Amino acid sequence: MRIFDPHIHMTSRTTDDYRAMYDAGVRALVEPSFWLGQPRTSPASFFDYFDALLGWEPFRASQYGIAHHCTLALNPKEANDPRCTPVLDALPRYLVKDSVVAVGEIGYDSMTPAEDTALAAQLQLAADHALPALVHTPHRDKLAGLHRTIDVIRESDLSPELVLLDHLNETTVTDALDSGCWAGFSIYPDTKMDEDRMITVLRNHGTDRILVNSAADWGKSDPLKTRKVADTMLKAGFDEDDVDKVLWRNPVAFYGQSGRLQLDTAAPGPLHEGNSILRGGE
Amino acid sequence: MLSSRKELDDRLRGAARAWLDEALAEAAHAAAHPGADSGSPPWELRFASAGRHCGLEHADSVRALLLVEARAGLPAVTRLYEQGTAAERRAVLLTLHRLDLGATALPLVEDALRTNDTRLVAAAVGPYGAAHLDAHGWRHAVLKCLFTGVPAEALDRLGERARGDAELARMLSDFAAERTAAGRPVPAGLRTVLDLTAPAPTPTPTEEPR
Repeated sequence: MRIFDPHIHMTSRTTDDYRAMYDAGVRALVEPSFWLGQPRTSPASFFDYFDALLGWEPFRASQYGIAHHCTLALNPKEANDPRCTPVLDALPRYLVKDSVVAVGEIGYDSMTPAEDTALAAQLQLAADHALPALVHTPHRDKLAGLHRTIDVIRESDLSPELVLLDHLNETTVTDALDSGCWAGFSIYPDTKMDEDRMITVLRNHGTDRILVNSAADWGKSDPLKTRKVADTMLKAGFDEDDVDKVLWRNPVAFYGQSGRLQLDTAAPGPLHEGNSILRGGE
Repeated sequence: MLSSRKELDDRLRGAARAWLDEALAEAAHAAAHPGADSGSPPWELRFASAGRHCGLEHADSVRALLLVEARAGLPAVTRLYEQGTAAERRAVLLTLHRLDLGATALPLVEDALRTNDTRLVAAAVGPYGAAHLDAHGWRHAVLKCLFTGVPAEALDRLGERARGDAELARMLSDFAAERTAAGRPVPAGLRTVLDLTAPAPTPTPTEEPR
């Protein structure tokens, strides 16, 4: 079984997670830039984070046989802090990088005017760079947030087939799919969605344009949720082709629109008996 | 191994070849107008997308050609390194010795040697690092390669710099002793490098007339 996790924050995870993900079948992932839990106070902190998503994190992933790509953006929560908004001006030089396969996560958190501005500006950046966009839907007031998000996308230069609406649930899936966008579901231990509810969504809406991710980060989350959904699908009567479509071909088709997916991962780098991820390199 | 312009011309076809011609023309234009190096000239944007246009297997070579054609100075190589992905940084490191930089770009090599990314460490100990790292920095670079699994072959001028280096020999022996005490294997390349630290045979007067 091959699995592509289209949304996971590996910066917050350990090498044990990489190993377990590989053992579970994960061969590729996309790491969206997002909030780190601790608010940042300057653009420089973002740039170091972006550089890590373009350098160190793909290196770590490659040592476990997993292809790492990223999406870069100013996230909606921090778009409200004027100390961070100059990140928008620096994004063009980052969006030309090889492993950037979308602009994201963008979208709404509290639906403020500052978030309106950042969302519209970054949808335009995606259109200008011929990149898809990964759009986070808000945790609070989700359905209203989704409708407002879809309105802004319709007004933008970006076609809906280049947009992935993420963190959807039973109340937002129909409108999201009707908009022409792709639909992402984050499977969490307690919140967002769980495996059984995901099966119901797949039964009701089919497997077209639907992606499943773990969205694992620094909070209570599980980087193996993609595999658990796959196993639950098989138990529920879906066949292996359905699983491959949802867990591999759909994310490949969506992010492949960037023209930058590299899934033929090179063999892990030059390693000796240990590896350079071991602490105390010198 | 970096390919030459001629080798790339032989391998690239159609759009990739046209892209390379345009990119190198932009770089040459920048070289002819050196005063314009106050922002990011167009060829620097091409630096990022070289692999997408010419094939990832040629990315290092194309980036190296761009740097040489633009006669990139310290501000440009520093900017491209600092704003680059790991792959772009590696290409900068691999090309430093072909640019007229003297020892001024050494901070980039030192930065790469502080990382644990073996792609960068290996590139940092190429010809430029071998030419400009001081004895202390170079010895630590050797040790870093052994620690992180970068093959000793990546160390440019290894035999020449290691010969007669008693301090390097001591560091390698201590490292081997530490590993042995811990019941861990000694890196395969360590013995090879240690052998190279033996002093050169004493020259006879006829071989060294001055």
